[in-house]
Amino acid sequence: MKIQKPAVAGTLESSDVQVTVEPGTGSVELELSSNVMNQYGRQIKETVLATLERLDVNDARVTVVDKGALDCTIAARVECAVFRSCGASDKDLPWGGIIR
Amino acid sequence: MIPRPRPERFRLRRTMMFMNAQKPGLFKDAYIYGCDSIMLDLEDAVAENQKDAARFSLYHALKTIDYGDTEVIVRINGLDTPHWQEDIRVCVAAGADGIRIAKCESAQDVKTVEAAVEAAEKEFGVEVGRTLLMAALESPKGILNAYEICSASDRMFGVAISGGDFRKSMQTVPQPDGVDMLFARGQMLLAARAAGIQCFDTVFTDLDDEEGFRREVLQNKAMGFDGKSLINPKQIRFVHEVYAPSEKEVIQAEKIVRTVRENAAKGLGVFTVDGKMIDIAFLPGAERTLRLAKAYGMYEGDLV
Repeated sequence: MKIQKPAVAGTLESSDVQVTVEPGTGSVELELSSNVMNQYGRQIKETVLATLERLDVNDARVTVVDKGALDCTIAARVECAVFRSCGASDKDLPWGGIIR
Repeated sequence: MIPRPRPERFRLRRTMMFMNAQKPGLFKDAYIYGCDSIMLDLEDAVAENQKDAARFSLYHALKTIDYGDTEVIVRINGLDTPHWQEDIRVCVAAGADGIRIAKCESAQDVKTVEAAVEAAEKEFGVEVGRTLLMAALESPKGILNAYEICSASDRMFGVAISGGDFRKSMQTVPQPDGVDMLFARGQMLLAARAAGIQCFDTVFTDLDDEEGFRREVLQNKAMGFDGKSLINPKQIRFVHEVYAPSEKEVIQAEKIVRTVRENAAKGLGVFTVDGKMIDIAFLPGAERTLRLAKAYGMYEGDLV
């Protein structure tokens, strides 16, 4: 998917994560901050990158502010931000397809 | 991915706790509270511009978190909104046990949802008929049409009244004796029993009024409700206590079931158990008591 416009999903509440995607400059640039950076930073990064790869996003600036979200929440917020950036988050989503 | 067993149309549903599907902090460990069902909410708890985000979060929660024996129902947006169709697609794709139809007013509303659920089951390769339905009655019209709603589909397992909206449309507010919704509750119970489905009371929203909550739960039980919708885990225990059968009731029920079955084999229709006249009409109630006792760990026999 091609990031068409800046989009945000998620909140800064505990157990949540806020993900911002913007059009990139040729590759995926990830900026990550987390209140559990030392314990889970690497895992969060892997989850974000794996989700982007699954959605076939390879050109984006992605900012992730994590407040201790589970992996399933991280995936949900990344997907929501990407689909919002394409104006495709409201209907006929590919549940069980690239969203899984 | 956690495969969920096929939902049971009739199971124990004393407590159904509402959770905002958009808030991961809430629903990620909902199953530890021990309520019979959780109700993930895509409707009123989710802001209009977060409906999409709530669906993504619902999908992954259902696919990832093991809710065990806790039933997972999703409250979808009303049929007068642009959201309900996608709500149904995500519920079915994610394998929710059931869907709660908000603001239901007619049998046609149930059939409209049922058709969309069936289409989604086919689209996502889910067994047709797996996804259960329940209806929330929130308006005078919904209450007046309760019976046609309750009997509109084989997927329907229950019906609930939604007090907030209903009281507003009746120009009243909660009363200590429940007189504000007495007729509506009674009408809905009659309809549910006539259609052979379960019936649930509305939430009690004043968390500081412990006494009022208890009074309402006792009245619910006395009126014959199967259970109650809840908004906070601290409300669960009292409802379960109220719905527990007493030891005496369990012993009596066991005797009735055993004696009715033995005497039926001998060709006896009516007889006495501990001085009380008993016939076949007592059997369903006694069996229900034993099933309930089993859920509480009070009965371990094999009669049910």
